[in-house]
Parts: sequence; C-alpha cells; structure tokens
Amino acid sequence: MRRVYMDNAATTSLNKEVLNAMIPYLTDIYGNPSSLHYFGQQAHTAVENARHQVASALGAADNEIIFTGCGTESDNMALKGVAEKYQNKGKHIITSSVEHHAILHTCQYLEKHGFEITYLPVDEYGMIKAEQVRNAIREDTILVSIMFGNNEVGTIMPIKEIGEICHERSVIFHTDAVQAVGHVEIDVKKMNIDMLSLSAHKLHGPKGVGALYIRKGLIIPPLLHGGAQERKRRAGTENVAGIVGLGKAIELACTDITGNAQRMSSLRDKLIAGIESSIPEVKLNGHRTERLPGNVNFSIKYIEGESILLMLDINGIAASSGSACTSGSLDPSHVLLAMGMPHETAHGSVRLTLGDETTEEDIDYVLSVLPEIVMKLRKMSPLYHG
Amino acid sequence: MYTEKVMDHFSHPRNMGEVEGANGIGMVGNAKCGDIMQMFLKVNDSGIIEDVGFKTFGCGAAVATSSMATELIKGKSIDEALKLTNSAVVEALEGLPPQKLHCSVLAEQAVRAAIDNYYDRKSGKTDCECNCVNCEGEEEHHDIPEE
Repeated sequence: MRRVYMDNAATTSLNKEVLNAMIPYLTDIYGNPSSLHYFGQQAHTAVENARHQVASALGAADNEIIFTGCGTESDNMALKGVAEKYQNKGKHIITSSVEHHAILHTCQYLEKHGFEITYLPVDEYGMIKAEQVRNAIREDTILVSIMFGNNEVGTIMPIKEIGEICHERSVIFHTDAVQAVGHVEIDVKKMNIDMLSLSAHKLHGPKGVGALYIRKGLIIPPLLHGGAQERKRRAGTENVAGIVGLGKAIELACTDITGNAQRMSSLRDKLIAGIESSIPEVKLNGHRTERLPGNVNFSIKYIEGESILLMLDINGIAASSGSACTSGSLDPSHVLLAMGMPHETAHGSVRLTLGDETTEEDIDYVLSVLPEIVMKLRKMSPLYHG
Repeated sequence: MYTEKVMDHFSHPRNMGEVEGANGIGMVGNAKCGDIMQMFLKVNDSGIIEDVGFKTFGCGAAVATSSMATELIKGKSIDEALKLTNSAVVEALEGLPPQKLHCSVLAEQAVRAAIDNYYDRKSGKTDCECNCVNCEGEEEHHDIPEE
C-alpha cells in the first residue's frame, strides 16, 4: 500500500546525510567529551563543531548554545531557570494560551510555587498581537514566553515586535521555536530573542536531542545538577551522536531555508486549495499567510477527528487531530478552543504536516482520498443532513 | 491501540444508517463531548427487533461499539435487548482501551433510549420520534447541537 507521512509536526524522518554524520559517533568515536585523552577529544571536537552549526543557523555565538535532551527540557530550563533566578525582582510571567504543553504545564507548576502567569488570549487565527504583550507587562514581570510557530495550527507569532517590546521594558523574552527552527528564517539578534528552544527531530534530525539558546550575559541556574558539562549549565554526559545529528540537520535545513520554505508552502497551499474546493463545509484553522510552511489544519464539519485519522491511516496516510479522542482527555485541543472554536467543531479537526520528503504526488494522493473519507463518515453522522 | 475486531467494525460498520419504518429511535451523547449515537429499531408485533440501524458521530470506538451493539440485538426480543450491557459489547469487540470504555456505555444507553422510545410511542406517552439523552444522562429532546 502507498504510505504518505503527513505528521511532520509530530516528528520527521531522519535525513540520510544526518544519519551518516552520526554513525561514527555511535561506533568508532565513543569517547566521553569530558575526557582529556584522544578518544574524548575527538568527541569533544564533534560536539563543539555541532554547537557552531546550531549557533550559525540562529545568528548566535557558539557559547550561547546549550545542548539538552529535547525541546521540552529546553522549555523547562528556560522558564524554571528565569523564575528561580529573578524571583526577587518579580514573580510575574506572560505567555499565550496556545503554547505547547511543555510551556503551559511548566507555567502551571510555577503557579503552584507562587508565580503569577498571564495567559494572553489569541484571536480567531491563533495570533497574539505584540500590543497585548506591551499591555500585560508589569513592574514585576520577569519573563515573556511566546511560541514562534504554533504546532497545531501553524500560526507564526510577531516575534520580532514582541522581542522589541520586551527589550524596551527590560523583560527577558523566550520563544519556543521547536516548530519553526529549520523551516522559517530566524536571527535571534535581529529578532530580539533572549532565549530560544529547539529540537532536532522536528527538522529531520534524531530524537532525544534539543538545544537552548541563551543570550550572552544571561545566566540561569541549571535544571540538571552533576558534572561540569555545557559549562555547568546542563550536567550529564553529552549525547554525542545526537548532538552531531542536530548540528548536521540544522545546517542542512538552513542552507537554503528560503527555497525550502517556498517549495513547502506551495505544496501546502495546493493542499489547502484542494481541500477547500473538493470538500464542502470545511474551515482552515490558523492564519492563511502567517503560517508555518508545512502546516495544514482543517475543521471538517459533522465528523470527528479520530475517525478521520483512522480512515486516513487505513488508506496509508498518517495525520493527526485536535479531537479529544486522540488526546486521551475529554476536551478537544486547547489551541482550537482558545481560538474561540466551539467544542463540536474542534472535535472534527485534522492536521496534515508536510516535510522534506513530501512530494506533489503525495498531495494529489491525499486529495484523491480525503473527500471520499469525509463523505463516508458524514453519511454515518447523525449531525449531517446533506 | 484497537483490536482487529474494533477496526473491522469501524471500517465495515454493520447496520449503518436509518431504518425505514423504525418504531423506536433513541439518541444519546452530545457533540460537545465528541460522541453522538443514534439507534433505530423496527420492532414487530411479537416484540422482536426485526431490523436495527445506527448513525454515529464519534471516534473509532464509538462507531465500532454502535455497530457491534446493533449486531448483538438484531433478531432478539426487546427483553433480551434490554439486558445488553456495555461489557458485553466490549467483550464482543475483544476489548477496548480504558479511555474508550465510555463509548460502550454510550452504545448501551443508545439501545435503551431507542427501546424507551418504542414503549413511549406504543403507550401513547409520546409522539416524539426519538428519545434523546445527552452525555450527562439528562434528557435533551431534539436539541441536536449543530455548531
């Protein structure tokens, strides 16, 4: 059966070149980067080379990059680190209501420890306006954390403007850029970003490795205590092969990021236009233009998301949904609800996310299968009277 | 996540659709919760369920439990159908993930709601064409939420 993977926001395939770059560090070069001998120094060099690749991709300096175990760890380190360090200055943090759970649940944890969090509401496109941040900043605000691009609906936030406001008011600005790095051009200096979280497996790198950019001069306590790795900011023996993979993956993704983004957005727009013209009563979720190049998210009326996913899977297409049934809770996606969508429509959402390997034929295949699936499920639905 | 049996009933639902001449129709669930099941019964003079059909808005488990419930009560007497439990539906499907067990409860309730409607109509208690119960178990006549 033909298999089409359209869940690249969940994770991506490992690029072959990335794998080849990693293999020596899973085989011959097994030294501990902290060791002084030849074996250790070979690994050390590889880690530092990868640090340079990551830094270059973000417009940062090498010593501003900390390797972590995943995007979630980067987010936890940023939020908990700033909270701990600056709690004497204030205990107020600003974020958005559509963040990934790695941010939202960390904020809830901080609330239990006496911090006050402002969750900025979004508009119907899942967008924050920079002015909302300005209006929410108080004397005791120590941190603003707003995601770069939304993982569910793909909306890209006005990061540069938000950063500008934060800097005017001397508030630290963190962005969870896990979905954006390698897909959208990012320059941390030009965009006024103080901290940025990223993850390798969202850009055709390996799982189990991420990074946190921390602007020079900003020093936050570590999340993990132990050895002196990462200049005492993140203890634990480095995942050398993973770090090498992250370096290679980000380098490949950023070599022609504009060209790649253009290629992917045109496939994305073809899929969006195809769905809109072949299936009645659908609604594109998220912003039409301020959108991650690989993200397509629709609400399909009268039917439920998990059923759509199962039917797509039977036909070889891997997708995802914001329906409650796929999350294991009774509530559908917090992102769709925050955008003001009624529960019943949010249950019927489907997300298709493109990757480097997505072809035009894949898009055509999805467009040849999805309308039939929708018709079959609508026929089964007591809500549909078409 | 799902057993083969669940996937079989999901991809090839039995008795899907409305039943012509149905004399007992029940609907349970609520679009807000993400599951709605509608059950159609055609009961003959000797109290046997001659034909049965369903329509479901919901996840794979919701479709599969509705489908299985119709199979389990088709050709049975009303009294037998009333004995249908959610665990019997789960067993017949060779199991459901724990977070999906509520779908089987909904299937049991849908059968009951349709039978209630059959009795109500027979006794002239209602002209209502369907007994509708939302997911909290409260009656919700004809209030089919549509966005």
